[in-house]
Amino acid sequence: MVTPTRKKDRIDKLAEAGSDAGVSLAASAWRTLRRSPVFLTGAVIIGLFVLVSLLSPWLAPHDPSDPMLIDQVIKARNQIPAVQDGHPLGGDLQGRDFFSRLLIGSQQTLIVGVLATLIGLAGGLTLGTLAGALGGWVDSVVMRLVDVMLSLPSLLLAFSISAMFARPNQYTVIVAVAVVQIPVFARLLRGSMLAQRSSDHVLAATALGVKPGAIVFRHMLPNSLGPVIVQSTLVLATAIIDAAALSFLGLGNPDDRIPEWGQMLGDVQNVFDTHPQLAFWPAGCIIVVALGFTLMGETLREALDPKSRR
Amino acid sequence: MLRYTIRRLIQLVGVVLVLSLLLFAWLRALPGGPVSALLGERSTPESREALTKQLGLDQPIFVQYFKFLGRALSGDFGVSTGVQPGDAALDIFLQRFPATLELSFLAIVIAIAVGIPLGYMAAKRRGGWFDNISVGGSLLGVAVPVFFLAYVLKDVLSSALGLPTEGRQDAIDATRVTGFFVLDGVITQEWDAALNALEHLILPAIALATIPFAVVFRITRAAVLDVLDEDFVRTAESKGLTAPTIRRRHVLRNAMLPVVTTIGLQTGALLAGAVLTEKVFSFAGVGQALAIGFERRDYPVLLLLIIMATIVYVVVNLLVDLSYALIDPRIRTR
Amino acid sequence: MPLLEVRDLTVVFERKGEKPFTAVDHVSFDVEPGQTVGLVGESGCGKSVTSLAIMGLLPRRGARVSGSVQYEGVNLLSLSDREMRDRRGRDLGMVFQDPLSSLNPVIPIGVQVTEVLERHQGMPRKKAMLEAAELLDKVGIPDPTRRLTEYPHQLSGGMRQRALIAIALACRPRLLIADEPTTALDVTIQAQILALLKELVRDLGTALVMITHDLGVVAGLCDEVNVLYGGRVVEKAHRHDLFAAPRHPYTHGLLASIPRLDAPRGEKLNPIRGSVADNIPWAEGCAFAPRCPNKLDVCVQVTPEQEDIGAGRLLRCHNPVQPPVSEEVSV
Repeated sequence: MVTPTRKKDRIDKLAEAGSDAGVSLAASAWRTLRRSPVFLTGAVIIGLFVLVSLLSPWLAPHDPSDPMLIDQVIKARNQIPAVQDGHPLGGDLQGRDFFSRLLIGSQQTLIVGVLATLIGLAGGLTLGTLAGALGGWVDSVVMRLVDVMLSLPSLLLAFSISAMFARPNQYTVIVAVAVVQIPVFARLLRGSMLAQRSSDHVLAATALGVKPGAIVFRHMLPNSLGPVIVQSTLVLATAIIDAAALSFLGLGNPDDRIPEWGQMLGDVQNVFDTHPQLAFWPAGCIIVVALGFTLMGETLREALDPKSRR
Repeated sequence: MLRYTIRRLIQLVGVVLVLSLLLFAWLRALPGGPVSALLGERSTPESREALTKQLGLDQPIFVQYFKFLGRALSGDFGVSTGVQPGDAALDIFLQRFPATLELSFLAIVIAIAVGIPLGYMAAKRRGGWFDNISVGGSLLGVAVPVFFLAYVLKDVLSSALGLPTEGRQDAIDATRVTGFFVLDGVITQEWDAALNALEHLILPAIALATIPFAVVFRITRAAVLDVLDEDFVRTAESKGLTAPTIRRRHVLRNAMLPVVTTIGLQTGALLAGAVLTEKVFSFAGVGQALAIGFERRDYPVLLLLIIMATIVYVVVNLLVDLSYALIDPRIRTR
Repeated sequence: MPLLEVRDLTVVFERKGEKPFTAVDHVSFDVEPGQTVGLVGESGCGKSVTSLAIMGLLPRRGARVSGSVQYEGVNLLSLSDREMRDRRGRDLGMVFQDPLSSLNPVIPIGVQVTEVLERHQGMPRKKAMLEAAELLDKVGIPDPTRRLTEYPHQLSGGMRQRALIAIALACRPRLLIADEPTTALDVTIQAQILALLKELVRDLGTALVMITHDLGVVAGLCDEVNVLYGGRVVEKAHRHDLFAAPRHPYTHGLLASIPRLDAPRGEKLNPIRGSVADNIPWAEGCAFAPRCPNKLDVCVQVTPEQEDIGAGRLLRCHNPVQPPVSEEVSV
């Protein structure tokens, strides 16, 4: 007689055999990545970025919302305060210490990127898992919805969502940037689930009578992680850039006491020609961090793709 | 093929209906509703009630939606409140659409003309310095916010190249035929007008082209690398064909398949990019109207333009799918 | 004078950060005009690399080719890229293993045939089309004019391989190299394609280098046979001699491992033990030694040299299989 426990053991073994490939792929991917200068460059950039943003409250020499240099702005008739002792990058047009604003800005930028990615991921995970795991009419309905969302260019969708809110703030920006990623993650997960639904180890588990929920969460989801990680890394870059575009269109967070790089860049559009340094610093930071995430994402994708030789 | 086209067009109608309903509902769901949006801060209870009645907002939402649909079918999408106050939304679209089309067309031409040859050369020199630099450059192209690049072009490059940075054309006496300023100049043989309009297009088109360029470049490179490994390229070599024949007929012909799809998908990035670029260059296209519309919450204009953007995006991708069949006989003859 | 003289052909693959890998190691053989020569061995023995080296199709970066390949007295390895392009398709034709992937999927069969005629014989498109139709007819493709406008995916596997043969023979090359031309095909089609090749090379007087792992193909087609192991020729003989009395234990093993329908029931198959080693250990002893049933101590210490054992046979072995005494050896 086959007891349920023994049956379970057998399935676990089967599933292990199936995800064995996944484990060895991850291991070999890691070996490739560890030696890839491109990946390491990206990782160092992102490592520094995260470190700085976590430590920024202690690193920043001044309060980023304190107009301590406003006298100089007024005296010089709307010129930005020059570089001086204690203010390595000078000040902005409100007389606030620019270096502190950049440092604190890294924290808000990280929050925007991470939260937007997590929300997009969670939404996509729910929809994609439902569609991919259940199939049938659930799949049809969810995918039609996703298709409608995808038939609007994503950044335009983000603009539209932001415009929905009469008074934008930090969170509306995050929501707008996150929602447009939901259909992308949903598609990705559904595709991966569908591919696996007909794969041998899932078929075997189904044949042995494992509950559908257990199959999805113990066997299918873990194997979809690779593409999801890659996409998340790339979305972190997109989210930060998109947030800047929202600010540029006046759809960002108007409260600039706690700065964010995208907001800092978007808000100085009117003084771009007279005070380019106010744009170049946050733009430079965004570009470097976005590049860091992109480098990591692209090398991850290559390393995880068994077909890839490049 | 015909049945496929028709099915896709029916799908498009469905998408547009669903989208318009969503947008419509969104408009109604705004805090305070469109009445507040229209009246702004100065609203009084009396004026609100009057406007609510006047706009038919006291009726159930589905009635309102069907009335809206009925009006929309006759071309009435409401009146602009912020972009060009008082003008019909549809007129704003019709008047501005050629400008954006002209700009996007030039941008995609730049992206293709630079991206495909560069992608091919990088693939041929895989792992070499040329490859590494151009791949690095394309990654950088994606990381730079479009509007920032537009400002850099505007403030740095324009003076160096002596190119205009505002508007579509200087105030010169030009005959209007199609609304495409460059084309108009060519048709009427007003060459200075055509040239002037073209000069106004160059910088915004370069800014707009960066993202599609980066994507076209990388897809071309990847596709060429794939094709170079194919057996039929070795067969072509074994026939002793000349290098240009192999490149054109065997490598690029096959590598173009994924590239064409990508170009279709990049229309989306172009539409969103146009909003940012046109704002920077004060270029009077649909994108600028959207940018102003977002800023001033001009909902009738936004509603129409977003629906139009969706239609354009879906139709372009349909055309791309159809043209796909032209290059890939495996689809055509199935 | 032989049409093709391959002397000490050596191909070393070099990759940054990896040990150089010798895929072909001092391979020598001749092909007389009109003769069919077989290169036989398991996958990884260097037979395909040999053919690509002769055709000049190895990547310029990463593959170091030495030795000489004399074609009508000209060393092909010393030719420039352009001179070699002029010869490929005109003097040397090649047929590959997988007919589907070897044809360009997005251009019509007709263009794929005519482009080689236009290139080497300067034929105008129209004339080339007529010629192409004739060629397709010759390789047994029915309704050739219609087929010219079709695409590879519209043809069956056998038809595709016929089309590839037509392409390779379009300019009447004096040498045709066929690299496992039947491996990707159904068994029934295989026989047809082999019969076609045999007929064509006879009619056109084309010399054929047949690359295969299948001794059945050799038996039906080849005059001379070179057996390759680990990048070196281990035995060379006329077809009849080889089948009647294989001397190298590897050849013997290959022949013994062919399942026979007339074998008594219950008799076991005789596979060769082990598999081809990744790196070729000819440096110390015989590369086949680890798998060899006749292995002696000397086999792992001294690398065997190639010896002439008479009747046009060459052998590289310390302890060859003894020919059966009761049978006539040479036919």
